[in-house]
Amino acid sequence: MRGATHVKWAACAAAVALAATACGGGDSGGGGGGADGIVSSSWGDPQNPLEPANTNEVQGGKVLDMIFRGLKKYDPKTGEATNMLAEKIETKDNQNFTVTVKDGWTFSNGEKITATSFVNAWNYGALLKNNQKNAYFFGYIDGYDKVHPESGKASATKLSGLKVVDEKTFTVKLSQKFSLWPDTLGYPAFAPLPKTFFTDHAAWVSKPIGNGPYTIDKYTKGSSMSLRKWDDYPGDDKAQNGGIDLKVYTDNNTAYTDLTAGNLDLVDDVPASQLKNVKADLGDRYINTPAGIIQTLAFPFYDKNWNTPGAIKVRQGLSMAINRPQITDRIFQKTRTPASDWTSPVLGEDGGFKKGLCGKECTYNAAEAKKMIEDGGGIPGGQLKISYNADTGSHKEWVDAVCNSINKVMGNNKACVGAPVGTFADFRSQVSQQKLHGAWRAGWQMDYPLIQNFLQPVYYTNASSNDGKWNNKQFDDLVDKANAESDKAKAVSTFQDAEKVMVQQMPVIPLWYQNGSAGYSENVTNVSLNQFSVPVYEQIKVK
Amino acid sequence: MGRYVIRRLLQMIPVFFGTTLLIFLMVNVMGDPIAGLCGDRQCDPATAAQLRTEFGLDKPVWQQYLTYMGNVFTGDFGTAFNGQKVTELMGTAFPITIRLTLVAIVFEIVIGISLGVVTGLRRGRPVDTAVLILTLIVISIPTFVTGLLLQLLLGVEWGVIKPSVSPEAPLNELIIPGLVVASVSLAYVTRLTRTSIAENTRADYVRTATAKGLPRRRVVVRHLLRNSLIPVVTFIGTDVGALMGGAIVTERIFNIHGVGYQLYQGILRQNSQTVVGFVTVLVLVFLAANLIVDLLYAVLDPRIRYA
Repeated sequence: MRGATHVKWAACAAAVALAATACGGGDSGGGGGGADGIVSSSWGDPQNPLEPANTNEVQGGKVLDMIFRGLKKYDPKTGEATNMLAEKIETKDNQNFTVTVKDGWTFSNGEKITATSFVNAWNYGALLKNNQKNAYFFGYIDGYDKVHPESGKASATKLSGLKVVDEKTFTVKLSQKFSLWPDTLGYPAFAPLPKTFFTDHAAWVSKPIGNGPYTIDKYTKGSSMSLRKWDDYPGDDKAQNGGIDLKVYTDNNTAYTDLTAGNLDLVDDVPASQLKNVKADLGDRYINTPAGIIQTLAFPFYDKNWNTPGAIKVRQGLSMAINRPQITDRIFQKTRTPASDWTSPVLGEDGGFKKGLCGKECTYNAAEAKKMIEDGGGIPGGQLKISYNADTGSHKEWVDAVCNSINKVMGNNKACVGAPVGTFADFRSQVSQQKLHGAWRAGWQMDYPLIQNFLQPVYYTNASSNDGKWNNKQFDDLVDKANAESDKAKAVSTFQDAEKVMVQQMPVIPLWYQNGSAGYSENVTNVSLNQFSVPVYEQIKVK
Repeated sequence: MGRYVIRRLLQMIPVFFGTTLLIFLMVNVMGDPIAGLCGDRQCDPATAAQLRTEFGLDKPVWQQYLTYMGNVFTGDFGTAFNGQKVTELMGTAFPITIRLTLVAIVFEIVIGISLGVVTGLRRGRPVDTAVLILTLIVISIPTFVTGLLLQLLLGVEWGVIKPSVSPEAPLNELIIPGLVVASVSLAYVTRLTRTSIAENTRADYVRTATAKGLPRRRVVVRHLLRNSLIPVVTFIGTDVGALMGGAIVTERIFNIHGVGYQLYQGILRQNSQTVVGFVTVLVLVFLAANLIVDLLYAVLDPRIRYA
């Protein structure tokens, strides 16, 4: 019976193994409840080093949001830019601004925040040598073309438009009129930086020091970060919990599983495959609110086939051939809202969002759509190819659905096909090198909640993200006029006039507004997402 | 023996250069990695050009390869896009994956070989049939199904384990993932051992050993098992490399920040420095494991000698 004992032994080993793991499970990482409670939250590995002017994606942005406060802050509910560190920002001509910094603010290492903290940080962010991916945020400031030329070496190291007046005051000269410019200052790229950032950069990057409600306690690159409440934080948005533990997940499905197992408090990206179960799993603890993201179909205007009067009708027809409500319901489980303008609902009516601005051109109408496309001479090349990257997100599903909708309208199975590209990097390089000759999936995530940000960087002639190279003088003129407008309401309505030009031209087809979707555990309350679909961490309360 | 080892080591050199060159070319074919760094917006041309120079992407591929290889021999594996040294990434990822692989190998050896011996000695009996069916089931189910199922049952439903492994990945949290990683190989080890044992029970030396009056235990362990292990050792040896590289799926499911995770990230971000660096080390592991397997033959069966 020797064999039997072998089996028994193996079984015992497995049992011991299970017991040992059981001992390992259970504790969910320190801290009591209430104001000292620690919230654990899912995280992704930031793509770039954590510097304010170098972080352009959500994962790094989350951290900056917790450890930095700038001159302005966007209200997490309304999106309105309110003064934070700025005592006042004054201008007479919408081009020269005087910024006064509030007293009493320090970095978490005790260093006082002065006008110089801002000016040095901005000069650093703009300088070409420093490779900052958000450098273009400083592009409106006078002298940017000297410190960050389009090619070659910088001929200056400091922005000539920035001048320190005294400890509390500095002046900014812009290269053009831009009335809403102070409202852009809530973006993390404009955060002040302490001296150690410049003197001991490597140490700072491995453990950033800021001036926000949290300080970084422990940072293991690529896997976790512990943030703790900064007790001496002078702002009025103090943390209402003891800290946040960010855990990097290799897969958002695993994060969701951890949440349902009670091993994690907050997931800010519910995986698409779980959207069907999320109501049953979480009930009220599921958040699905609009974020400042719009998804679109872009077209190549460098290709002369798309740049004809007939093609305008084709694009309008294609827009009318897409059954948006059906796709957002079935494919996205209502985590998208059909788009009817080129902005986002997070702007609010006052900020420039106007439901239905696009009108019938963005409403499904099979018969009219077919007629329009045929009137315009048919789809250039006979077939619409929609390029997308197949490595992340559920792009294949919706592109196929969009094509399906167009094919049905056209009564032709091959009128529209998806054209997958292997990786995001390859997709982006094809877009930026103008290699695509069909449509491609495009999207815009706002930098700050302003209507200007949804239009100018994406559709203005030669703007940084105008990948399709669309240009229209009437549109450009209206944008310039809006920027020079000192009355905010007037500026907004002029931007909307510019949008109306887009209805007539349909340079890109608006598809839907993306929502932020998050889920949280029973341990925490008061969880919400801001307009950037980032959780408002400092407001979370632990039971 | 010594000459044999030297010859094998020399053979490794072309294999090493060939594989690294292939990987290098494959990563480069995928397009411009800088384009993906700025998200859905275009990088401004000046910054993109600077980054390209910094990562050496502006030079022709052959030159990039030569510089890269030259650096590798001085222990410099380059920098990942997030500013971390690749050697630093390796320092955190490899220990975790090695731990996971060890757990898997131990499962393979202990459970696989024991089951194989038991069934090999009892061919045709119910135990044998049961184990055969069981291994067939394990082989035919993909690991990600087993992984997700165990995670759901043990992690969420019964709460026996944590569904995800913590960043430090202590040994006790790696037991279930290790079992999942090992599962298919484990079934093969069982079957290989079983066949080998069953074949050798009728061998002359076993009959002689039994006739000498040796205790059954000694006959089985010393004579039968030792000779039957050669194909099994070959399999386990090559499996070491496969387990380390192939754990990508399991590492994702259980959130283990090991080699598979870093490789996946590297490929997604087209970070050739990370991908080539990790693959280079994996190639070395493969080659070393194969060498050790070949040397073990001589230990298991003294009749096998190398000139």
